[in-house]
Amino acid sequence: MPAISRTPHPRERRIIFKNIDREGWTPDIDCYLKDGGYEELKKALNMQPQEIVSEVKASGLRGRGGAGFPCGAKWGFIRPGETKPIYLICNADESEPGTFKDRYIIHQDPHQLLEGMIISCFAVNARLAYIYIRGEFPLGAKILERAIEEAKGHGFIGKNILGSGFDLEIYVHRGAGAYICGEETGLIESLEGKRPYPRIKPPYFPAALGLYMSPTIVNNVETLCDVKYIVRIGGAEYAKIGRPNNTGTRLLCVSGDVQKPGYFELETGGVTMGELIYDICGGLKPGRKLKAVIPGGSSAKVLRADERYKIKTKRPDGTTVEEEIGIDDIRIDFDSLAAVGSMAGSGGVIVMDDSRDMVWALNNINEFYAHESCGQCTPCREGSLWMQKITARLLDGGGMPGDTDTLKSAADNIAGRTICAFGEACAWPTQSFVGKFRDEFLAYTSKNGNQQG
Amino acid sequence: MEIPQELAGRIDEVITHYPVSKRSAALPLLHLLQEHFGYLSDEAITWVAEKLELEPINILELVTFYPMFRQSPVGKHHIRVCRTLSCAMAGSYQLLDAFCKHAKIEKTHGGKGHLFKSPDGKYSVEFVECLASCGTAPVCMINDDFYEAISEENVPQLLDKYQ
Ligand SMILES: Cc1cc2nc3c(=O)[nH]c(=O)nc-3n(C[C@H](O)[C@H](O)[C@H](O)COP(=O)(O)O)c2cc1C
Ligand code: SF4
Ligand code: FES
Repeated sequence: MPAISRTPHPRERRIIFKNIDREGWTPDIDCYLKDGGYEELKKALNMQPQEIVSEVKASGLRGRGGAGFPCGAKWGFIRPGETKPIYLICNADESEPGTFKDRYIIHQDPHQLLEGMIISCFAVNARLAYIYIRGEFPLGAKILERAIEEAKGHGFIGKNILGSGFDLEIYVHRGAGAYICGEETGLIESLEGKRPYPRIKPPYFPAALGLYMSPTIVNNVETLCDVKYIVRIGGAEYAKIGRPNNTGTRLLCVSGDVQKPGYFELETGGVTMGELIYDICGGLKPGRKLKAVIPGGSSAKVLRADERYKIKTKRPDGTTVEEEIGIDDIRIDFDSLAAVGSMAGSGGVIVMDDSRDMVWALNNINEFYAHESCGQCTPCREGSLWMQKITARLLDGGGMPGDTDTLKSAADNIAGRTICAFGEACAWPTQSFVGKFRDEFLAYTSKNGNQQG
Repeated sequence: MEIPQELAGRIDEVITHYPVSKRSAALPLLHLLQEHFGYLSDEAITWVAEKLELEPINILELVTFYPMFRQSPVGKHHIRVCRTLSCAMAGSYQLLDAFCKHAKIEKTHGGKGHLFKSPDGKYSVEFVECLASCGTAPVCMINDDFYEAISEENVPQLLDKYQ
């Protein structure tokens, strides 16, 4: 079992992943401190909490967990002078298929995450914080627990941190194998010791009402690491990285049919899909052609290799022009992927070549969602299972006339009718696969002698 | 059901992580008991409920919801193979079959959902969803150990490590 060696690609700009796979780097605090670790914490403790929030707002940082919501705005929902206790939760559930970035931070650079968390807690005045880590990361949980002990030993966590008067406790909380625990309100229910049933909105943000009915900030692992870097260089400097409204770097996780899959830290919007696939990931396997890409975790709508997209781009002189672009030209950032009808999501890029059967691929995805629906809402619980049963029977040769349209209509009847965004997450793959590869679905129904589709 | 002193100490310590609500300690307690006993018996479920001043149903509904908890023993060595897209494209279905073949597990017997056990109880195999390592697909876990980029040929040698 070869340990896959990973030297950063020249196109990368490693900030959050600076220490990942670094020679001689170990996850203990001595190594971190030797490298200048916890200096940003010291700097932050000498700032006003409100100043840190302002820097994060100025940085333009958008959440890296999936939705891309501006981090500073979320923090801003905490009312000044709030009398209830405030909590912060690090979302380390990392379970969106195709996503594998937080794993490396947790295992190789836990102190970077802790430092980002402590700074964030100080900024929003949280005195109790949890890292909700997926159950299948037992080693990661141990590494984080050890890191917390080490940080306590140095006075970075606990009472009166570095003489600042600020108290904070951080605990690791392990999940137990359910994807829905990544959804922030499901996560909170889970942390309260209940089934992880997502909460009915409004309130739209746990920042209004979260853990134990108190204001709670939930942020992804990568987002919290970005905060540390923002404190180092300032919000305005950070905002110069990447592109307007898509600032900073992003950790992209590429898997599937490329020569060199892996993780890459790139300026947000700094590369196009074509550059990512062909230059950075070494292109497709010999003799293969690109067929489809899922650009932001399995929930993101699939992109077909030969699609043309009409997008509006802003010229430097302020005028906008409409351009027609192909898949290779899509910039990998929040706004560009939204403009082509998909999303940047969690940064998980799944590449499929022309050897792949799209009905098979969708069935695999449908099995995931059918298994992971929490079951609270009828459209999601029943619909996700329906969709999976239909794709399974198409594959088994038992396709029925009208299956393709039934599949699409099942998906259409889930999205927008559920308690949480899982509804969209499970509908989008089916809507996009059936919409864009309709012929392949029809071919399966006609295999069974049915021509109508 | 006997709780050794060391475990009892860890249980009491973990409850202190949740100063606002003891109920939050339910998952960590279930993890600790499952690690110790191999699975969660009715007795263990009732014990956790009493410890946290809850009704047994409050704990049972967690055990039946979360995929990692189980109410009957698995094999001495438990193998989890990732089933999801990137791993499936890299051959994880064939990998699961290879584990079954070499561990002498029949897929039709004793399977609850996607979980299968060898007759001697030494190994069990289960399909799980994306393990967040899709770049090194296919991946699996044996007990708490993680293995990436494995192929069918690695299976006998892997099983040898777990006796
Ligand atoms: C079904 C579902 C699953 C999710 N899974 C994760 C996850 O595994 N990790 C994560 O950070 N966010 C996940 N999210 C997003 C969270 O709800 C939340 O938006 C995020 O943790 C906020 O952090 P951020 O603003 O730093 O991105 C998921 C959302 C949904 C709807
Ligand atoms: S949409 Fe699905 S996952 Fe979300 S609350 Fe409803 S049933 Fe549960
Ligand atoms: S699909 Fe197997 S680890 Fe993600």
